[in-house]
Amino acid sequence: MSAQPAARSPFDSRILDSLIIVAVVVAGWQAVYAWVGDSAITSPIQTLRYAATLVTTQSFWTHVQATLVAFAYALVISIALGLALGLFLGLQRFAGDVGEPILVALYTIPKITLYPLVLLIFGLGISAKVAFGVMHGIIPIILFTLNAVKNINPVLLRTARVMRLSQWQTVRTVLMPAVMPEIITGIRVGFSLTLLGVLIGEMFASQRGLGFLIINGINLHNVRMTTAVILVVVVFAITANSLLLALDRRMRR
Amino acid sequence: MTRAAKVGWSRIALIVGSVLLLEVLCRTKIINPLTMIPPSAMAVKLYEILASGQMTNDIIQTFSTVAIAFVFSVTVGLGIGALVHALPRVRRALDPLLASYYSIPFFVFYPLLIALFGLNTIPLIAIGVVFATAAMVISTLNGLDRVPRVLVKTAKIYRMSPLSTVMLLTLPSAAPYLFTGLKLALAYAFIGIIAGEFILSGGGLGFSIAYAYQNFDNDTMYALMMFVLVVVTVMNAILHMWEQRLLKRRARA
Amino acid sequence: MMRDGASGSAPATTDQDRRGAHAVLRGVTRVYPGAMAVHALGPVDLDIGHGEFLAVVGPSGCGKSTLLDVLAGLNPPTDGTITFEGNPVHGTVPDGVGVVFQEDASFPWLTVHDNVAFGLRRAGVDAAEIERRVTYAIGFMGLKDFTKAYPAQLSGGMRQRVCIARTLVMQPRLILLDEPFGALDQQTRLLMGDELLRLWRETNATVMLITHALDEAAMLSDRVGVMSARPGRFIDVLTTGWPRERDSRIVADSAFGTLTGKLWSLLRGESLKAIGSREGLTQRADT
Repeated sequence: MSAQPAARSPFDSRILDSLIIVAVVVAGWQAVYAWVGDSAITSPIQTLRYAATLVTTQSFWTHVQATLVAFAYALVISIALGLALGLFLGLQRFAGDVGEPILVALYTIPKITLYPLVLLIFGLGISAKVAFGVMHGIIPIILFTLNAVKNINPVLLRTARVMRLSQWQTVRTVLMPAVMPEIITGIRVGFSLTLLGVLIGEMFASQRGLGFLIINGINLHNVRMTTAVILVVVVFAITANSLLLALDRRMRR
Repeated sequence: MTRAAKVGWSRIALIVGSVLLLEVLCRTKIINPLTMIPPSAMAVKLYEILASGQMTNDIIQTFSTVAIAFVFSVTVGLGIGALVHALPRVRRALDPLLASYYSIPFFVFYPLLIALFGLNTIPLIAIGVVFATAAMVISTLNGLDRVPRVLVKTAKIYRMSPLSTVMLLTLPSAAPYLFTGLKLALAYAFIGIIAGEFILSGGGLGFSIAYAYQNFDNDTMYALMMFVLVVVTVMNAILHMWEQRLLKRRARA
Repeated sequence: MMRDGASGSAPATTDQDRRGAHAVLRGVTRVYPGAMAVHALGPVDLDIGHGEFLAVVGPSGCGKSTLLDVLAGLNPPTDGTITFEGNPVHGTVPDGVGVVFQEDASFPWLTVHDNVAFGLRRAGVDAAEIERRVTYAIGFMGLKDFTKAYPAQLSGGMRQRVCIARTLVMQPRLILLDEPFGALDQQTRLLMGDELLRLWRETNATVMLITHALDEAAMLSDRVGVMSARPGRFIDVLTTGWPRERDSRIVADSAFGTLTGKLWSLLRGESLKAIGSREGLTQRADT
């Protein structure tokens, strides 16, 4: 490990390192473009230029809105249901012990095999997209919440009993704050997966949304569109996740 | 009956009960037969399909794709993990990237990969690898982190060579976490590849399910869905039990 | 030094005002249910006098913590009765009891100030009174400079002081401590012991301290109850005869050495039994 100049703060070098990583990725991108050419991918510069024009078109924002609306619904449901179920299974030990392996198993099966079922139940359109999103995002939220509640330091609960707090007071003032860091992590993972589910849903169950734009771009051989929308999606995903990561870190003090 | 037995039997009862409920709801037509067929009919159709050998090619294709992706991602993941672990500065730079890794919806790159490599199994293998490698890297980092420093000091006292230290101390010590990485890599490889086969054509089980869906062949579709579900669940269950045995030997009483 | 029987009489009083509570245990047993029922405690008979400082020592696994749980109302006894200030205690924590646990029970998401104020806020005490008591307790425990700090920024000993301050503000009449200084090094323990004595004198509460450290029990308390190996019963209660104004420098007193020697001679046999019986239990669990 090289010696660091004494004046550099860790914060500076982290920013520098991230910039280096971005530069490496962009360089790799350019190299792939040089190898394959316009038929498959557009260069970084071309993509940025096209994305800039795209952002000014009305129709683009209609699609963005479609995605965001479905995503918002799916996220709210995932979080609300996920927290409720996670709390219940965490507090009710027996149910939690029975259910946890089932949930873990559900988490590892390729959910895509259930997609036709979802389509048959919900038809095409926004409800299917929301269903996909929830399907992907809810399980990690349940599991993280469950484990956080199950593994809460027992001495905290005993302290609440000695202070003669009611059940509700204990949950509200001791349990929830104690498990909040893990819950935030679960929500962060659930956030990303819900977005993934919604995008996949759009890829073949909708005529609107960013996922649709991507698959449509492929079918019409509109390489510029495809690459630009992919860039938008990736940038959004990384930014949102980084913000949640920062929140996660602050919660863990 | 011990509590563990009670939990186990309750779980079995829950699963069997749900399947039976589904069976009843389908047979009594409460669930529209056009939406879903009874589980027993799924099983029968699956048997027919397997016996007739019409799916053998697809099955072999999917499994071999998964196997290739799995082997590749485990080796590459292990290597990258070990390398990054040894270079703290690189690791610090990569940490935010790894944390955001699974927030990127990699499915959006499918079309790109097809444009790059053509309509064969390479894009699928690539997606499987991309999905699975990160899990292996993260698990490797985790495992290497947890090798107690005192073990390394002990190796020095015994004047062991670096190679012996790694083979006799580091690897066995990190083994449970590496195994977790294996488990996750396999699951992710399956998810990535079957999803890829589903969204874009090219053969394999995922494609067959999509094909059956588009041709309104519900019987075949559900039979195949059941097949994938059962296979993946059994595989994960076996690996999970193995992992538990490995961890239990390590656990403090 | 006097040697009392199992239900020892109250120690020789000084002219200090004793406001503390009076608790009585009669025939108290605790059996943990399950496939292999564990007879953890008893039967136990004990009288805890108003304002006294009682220590309880015993071999590992003898049920000392169970005794505290049962007395505090955290677990009901399987048999026997517990009375606190004349009222029965059975599985619910009565008013006026404070507990300091062995593990760090400070709330990591609250500052020291909010930690200490927690119980009072939940009890609906008015804000001015809360501030008054909290400032006093924080000052008393020497945490004034850390009022706005979070537990993660403090050492183990300081976190325990936060827990003690949090108990102190509730003005409990009976304070139970379960090996509170277990995680600390010996020198910090001695200083914390002095803090505890200061607290005891200041509040005039009754204190029961559970500890595995014989010297701690011998130097801090008015009486020391010695428990047998599991299932724990009191085999003896020794009176120390120390003056009320005492601190850790008492270790220099020759009576201290004699007392500690006496405690060990009582305990040594029981401790050997405890180690032996634990091995036997492990063997059974493997079959």
